[in-house]
Amino acid sequence: MTENLDNIIKSLHPLERKLLEVMKAKKPQTLELLQKASGLKQIEVMRALQWLSNKKIIELKATKKKLIFLDSNGEEVKKSGLPEKQVIVFLKKKKQASLPVLKKEFGDVIGFSIGLLKKKAAIATENTPNGLILTITPAGEKFLEKESLEEKFLKKDFPINEDELTDEERFAIDSLKSRKNFLKLETKNVYTFKTTKLFNDIIRQKMFNESYIEKLSPEILKSGLWKKMKFRPYDIHADVPMLNIGKEHFVNEAIDDIKKIWLSMGFEEMRGTKAQSAFWDMDSLFVPQDHPAREMQDTFYLDVKPAKLPKVFDAVKKMHEQGDEDSRGWGGEFKKEVAAQVMLRTHTTVLSALEIANLKEEDLPKKFFKVDKVYRNEAMDWRHLFELHQVEGIVVDENANFSHLLGYLKKFYAKLGHDKIRIRPAHFPYTEPSAEVEYFNEKKKTWIELGGAGMIRPEVTKMLFGKEIPVLAWGQGMERAISQYYDIHDIRDLYNNDIKQLRTIKSHIKL
Amino acid sequence: MTNITVDKKYLLNEIGLKLDDDVLRQKISMMGTDPEEIKDNEITVEIFPNRPDMLSGYSIVRAFKQFLGKDIGLIKYTAKEPKKDYKVIVDKSVKQVRPFTACAIIKNLKLNDLKIKEIIQLQEKLHLTFGRDRKKLAIGIYPLEKIKLPIHYKALAPDKIKFLPLESNREMTGTQILRQHPAGIKYADLLKDAKVYPIFIDSKDQILSMPPIINSELTGRVTEKTKEVFIECSGFDFNVLEKCLHIIVTVMADMGGEIYQMQVEDKVTPSLKTETINLDIRYVKHVLGVNFKSADAKEALEKMGHGVHTRINSLEVEIPCYRADILGKVDLVEDLAIGYGYDNFEPTIPDVASTSKELDINVFQRKLRKLLAGFGLLEIKNYEIINSESQTKLINNKEKPIMLLSSVSSEYNSLRTSLAASMLGTLKFNLKNEQEAALFEIGTTFHHDSKQETNIREEEKLGIIISNKNANFTTAKRILTTLMKELNTEFELRELKDGLFIEGRTGEIIIKNKVLGTIGEIAPQVLTNLELKNPCAFIELDLDELLKIIS
Repeated sequence: MTENLDNIIKSLHPLERKLLEVMKAKKPQTLELLQKASGLKQIEVMRALQWLSNKKIIELKATKKKLIFLDSNGEEVKKSGLPEKQVIVFLKKKKQASLPVLKKEFGDVIGFSIGLLKKKAAIATENTPNGLILTITPAGEKFLEKESLEEKFLKKDFPINEDELTDEERFAIDSLKSRKNFLKLETKNVYTFKTTKLFNDIIRQKMFNESYIEKLSPEILKSGLWKKMKFRPYDIHADVPMLNIGKEHFVNEAIDDIKKIWLSMGFEEMRGTKAQSAFWDMDSLFVPQDHPAREMQDTFYLDVKPAKLPKVFDAVKKMHEQGDEDSRGWGGEFKKEVAAQVMLRTHTTVLSALEIANLKEEDLPKKFFKVDKVYRNEAMDWRHLFELHQVEGIVVDENANFSHLLGYLKKFYAKLGHDKIRIRPAHFPYTEPSAEVEYFNEKKKTWIELGGAGMIRPEVTKMLFGKEIPVLAWGQGMERAISQYYDIHDIRDLYNNDIKQLRTIKSHIKL
Repeated sequence: MTNITVDKKYLLNEIGLKLDDDVLRQKISMMGTDPEEIKDNEITVEIFPNRPDMLSGYSIVRAFKQFLGKDIGLIKYTAKEPKKDYKVIVDKSVKQVRPFTACAIIKNLKLNDLKIKEIIQLQEKLHLTFGRDRKKLAIGIYPLEKIKLPIHYKALAPDKIKFLPLESNREMTGTQILRQHPAGIKYADLLKDAKVYPIFIDSKDQILSMPPIINSELTGRVTEKTKEVFIECSGFDFNVLEKCLHIIVTVMADMGGEIYQMQVEDKVTPSLKTETINLDIRYVKHVLGVNFKSADAKEALEKMGHGVHTRINSLEVEIPCYRADILGKVDLVEDLAIGYGYDNFEPTIPDVASTSKELDINVFQRKLRKLLAGFGLLEIKNYEIINSESQTKLINNKEKPIMLLSSVSSEYNSLRTSLAASMLGTLKFNLKNEQEAALFEIGTTFHHDSKQETNIREEEKLGIIISNKNANFTTAKRILTTLMKELNTEFELRELKDGLFIEGRTGEIIIKNKVLGTIGEIAPQVLTNLELKNPCAFIELDLDELLKIIS
């Protein structure tokens, strides 16, 4: 039994202990008194009482009660006195006063006060050429001396329980209720508590009454007091608030992880701007100028002057319009003004195009990658964002072929954690052959898309590199994989910068 | 995304194989189409935009049958020569508005409601995809019995055109159709600047249609009684039009119809002409990495509907007249790979030596992120596209942002010129839970700059914002000083006047005589505009420049 009690005492939270000490010393009967005596905040008292009640050290009872609160005017009057009292005081000092003067002094409430004072015969009124003149009567003098029931009532501590009113107080309330914004009535839970037998056992227990070191301080260290006294045992199982830590954004952590995979495979990071000309984003990749993806409603065009176009423009124009010995081309007129539109890049493949255009034959073979933002003119909803991250890699190599592409894909996706993938035909405007990579979802028992892949069309390499050269390319969007990893269902939650979420989200271990 | 629905029983019957749903799904995937849904009686297939020839159930079954090895090789479609009246006389007035047409007549059609639905679906999907929503071409299909041949294709002033359009109860002029008819309103842009509008009109002076807008109610509706139809495609590139016509007439031939040619100007359409490409077997190996035997390569291409004659070291490939996506030999190589089966390739990993390399700026950014997280700052990531007012008026910023043209979400209409607006926005967003925060963000800002190729300069920035009861200039300067010490860099501050900050509590950050950023206490007017409750200290640094200096 004693041991049990000791265990309970050991596990007391400092707030609980504080309350128990107060209860033992001062025996407060109401919550208000308990709070006052403990010096704690109301919420802390409530929390600790709840815990104590859970441990059956006290009984906590909630009853619905009608409570009377002071309203705005009531608060004011509690401080400065009833308006009619103020008028009488004023009249006594000035002997007499005219209505306009009183109105100026007290404002519009004066009407109510005069009516009330007249009823009590505390003032006399007289019509004169200067207007109504008011004087104080002997009954008024008496009224001034005596504390009214209303005044007595206002001196009490609010809120007041309606059930505990005396008859006199009830009278005062009726009078005050007729005044605007003096009182308000609310029904609230009122808590009462009673100590139990366990409480009595605890406060009698030696362990509870022993004095302990609460906090090790430099003074205690210096004085050596710690040698003589015990430390208060803590409840080491109690919950504690989390640290407000600094942290990297979880999407950036995921990006870092995927970058490591590319770097481990010997790829070089590409650089390039986010704003690009349609020429680089589309035309250089042999996307026809009337392709639907280029329309205003799909792409963010920017309100700036047309872009300056590079030397390779003529070769691109010719390939689009006429093709060459191996390709029909797109026919029609290739328009410079369409190529010179400035836009936010729609894919990171534009960076691959720029790299290919900058390559020299002696640089080969080369492998490049990029993980960065792309932009789509889409309305944001739980599945769509207008800014998202794309991952992309290319291999430029005279000896590369489609079987190699499949090999790279297998290796890349194995590193991403997908051992069972399949590759099926697909269509992208700038690759031929094109492929879609899918993984087998064991839970759903179905193949799910991961990303696109293919070999860059020879038209592209001929335009940009000057000759046909195999370029293997593959990539995928990042957001869907990250959402899946974090079990985020609304994709917008990746970037709403909710500080609480950012602090508490788990670290990214592997994509 | 274009989905075509095929009757499952019809498809299984045609291919003559019993396949369960999983195998069916796998095979359809491997053909280069996407099985959207397989139900008890229907299969819905997504067709990629490069295959307009597969936009009908008939053509999907045709392709699928061959892909599975049945009736492989080139299917010969033939057309009968034009009869005497089978003529479309093209007036030179159309040259300025819609110069070309390719036409055909189909006879002996035994139509039922399913076939009519199929024809209408094919026409609609071709309009939408291959025809770029009628911008590139428009198709008309008419019951021949209501038309008197020959037909004239000409252009008239809009008010001279008058006929009863489909879905209307009164005759309308060309102008009225564009202004009042639903189809006219929808496609009015396509005839926006035209002085004359094109029409097809028969020898009884009945107007058949006004392409690319609408047909006549009297001659433009195919019904179950229709046995013969006249088909026209009109537009701007004759080759594209004839390709489209080939796609339609071959489907109708598969339905049992007989194709008749028509005389159109100096041409006879549809020619049903196939194209032949010589495919070097070494090129196939070069691209695919597989040493195909001629016979295997031949079979793979035949499964994709091509006709193949083997030559020494090469294949002479005859491409079906309905294929619109074969630009050159590489497209045949893809077809060969699909016919062979993507799942039959052996993935090989080549041994290519290469050195990995990360951009300096990104290495730098990652180091900064680790460092700042160690300072107790939390990293946030905002959009680069933000509301223009939120980054100008609301935070007293005078720099004119780059505006987006036609953003779908009108509130996101500009590119940010600084991280300040987004970061203050994050504080505002979190007010309900957190009134204090210590945040950093690394991101791009965009600025007008005529020296750049795109007329836009992009800068990588670091932003730091601290918001709490005691945040002030000193808070920010302590962080900056510590950070610069970590980077082993000296800086000084120069007084600055900037509406974002309280005057006298802000400065430009100077490193090696260059302005690399700003620091200061956010002006109360800005805090009030954003309804923020606590003072804020803010730093912004240009990382590209900083990296140049410290490296």
